[in-house]
Amino acid sequence: MNPDTPVDVLNCLGQRCPLPVIALAKHLPTVPVGAVVRVLADDPAAAVDIPAWCRMRAQQYLGAASADGSPAFDVRRLT
Amino acid sequence: MGDPRQAGPIDQGENVRGAYFDAATATPLHPAAREALLGALEDGWADPGKLYTQARRARLLLDAARATFAQVLGVRPDEVAFTSSGSTAAHAAVLGGLAGRRRAGSTLVRSAIEHSAVLHAGERHVRDGGAEAEVPVDLVGRIDLDAWAREVSAPGVALAALISASHEVGTVQPVAAAAAACREAGVPLYVDAAQSLGRAPVPDGWSLLTGSARKWGGPPGVGLLVLRKGTRWVSPYPADDRESGRFPGAPDLPAILAAAASLHAVHETAAQESNRLSALVDHVRATVAATVPDVEIVGDPADRLPHIVTFSCLYVDGEALLTALDRRGFAVSSGSACTSSTLRPSHVLAAMGVLTHGNIRLSLHHDSTAEQVDRFLAELPGIVAALRAEVGM
Repeated sequence: MNPDTPVDVLNCLGQRCPLPVIALAKHLPTVPVGAVVRVLADDPAAAVDIPAWCRMRAQQYLGAASADGSPAFDVRRLT
Repeated sequence: MGDPRQAGPIDQGENVRGAYFDAATATPLHPAAREALLGALEDGWADPGKLYTQARRARLLLDAARATFAQVLGVRPDEVAFTSSGSTAAHAAVLGGLAGRRRAGSTLVRSAIEHSAVLHAGERHVRDGGAEAEVPVDLVGRIDLDAWAREVSAPGVALAALISASHEVGTVQPVAAAAAACREAGVPLYVDAAQSLGRAPVPDGWSLLTGSARKWGGPPGVGLLVLRKGTRWVSPYPADDRESGRFPGAPDLPAILAAAASLHAVHETAAQESNRLSALVDHVRATVAATVPDVEIVGDPADRLPHIVTFSCLYVDGEALLTALDRRGFAVSSGSACTSSTLRPSHVLAAMGVLTHGNIRLSLHHDSTAEQVDRFLAELPGIVAALRAEVGM
């Protein structure tokens, strides 16, 4: 399996920030170190806040993508 | 229509122990402004453009106010025009500066962190067929000088716009270096100095500069548009001979006199007052970082305005934080999306790439005390913890 393939997808569509970041913060510790979680979020703040959260919490932000037309953000657990 | 005074005064009773920390939006009226305003209501109501005694008196007062601004800014009185607000001054600077250089080009170069008045004027310019080039900022909110020099030296640039210091995070911009790049390229520089005037010096080298009286303790409704001699500028408004054709409508003379009196007063004590407020901001930055977990304090810690401090709390809703603080009497501002009418986060925080939710800006002023700041610092950790507990964090 491609190591960048998400093991989990969090559907935060329709949720306002900071809810998508909270969902990510709660879920990431449940996946193995090295695994990738995808967050679907259409709140405009998510595109800034998810990378900023990764920088603050020393996790790896892999970038934004589009999943079935929805904005998607991939994060790898580093610690 | 009802009597607007029936709305009553803002509750300042003993149960409200907070403080007003939003000087970057509007500073409480300086005592010198109050005194000048009350005097001018008696004396400065006539139209300064007319030819009778009362008008001559008004003209004298307006000239004196203009001379005060010129002296503080180090410019000639005929380079100073008054507008109806900081925003209208910014609109006039951008649109008039672009119109005056139409033959040289149609591109507006601006930083990514300009005030919304500059952004909206730029949007109008683009809608009308013009072009815009945005210069990015780094993580502390300072422009990329190499990108700036590249953009201003590109062909077809009419005007460059740079805020003197960020109104949202306080980071001072490299105005002198940006001005040098503009001079090299033969492009006029417009500096939005709204947050700096009366608090910190603005480097030379600009062609157009704007300000807003309510930021330094003057009344609302007075903007400042300074055009250096030789600057190409064409009014974006229908013809009007007031303010040498630079801004239409009868000037609000009492408010302008109050603005001049307060600028003069704050300018006299600016160095001392800036040291006092800057020490309070240092105290806020250090204490918030030490007492609130998962907080990001944004903006340059040293090369910043003396009175502004901004931070973001992870997992906290900015509007909920602002409301909780207001309930305790603390008035602050927020760049979080939930506090804006468009539900979009602050373009300044987004351009910096820093956390936009849970965002709070404190901006201090002449009435801000160490006791008020300490009360805020004592209450904040509990408020943030309670809001986080509500969302299970």
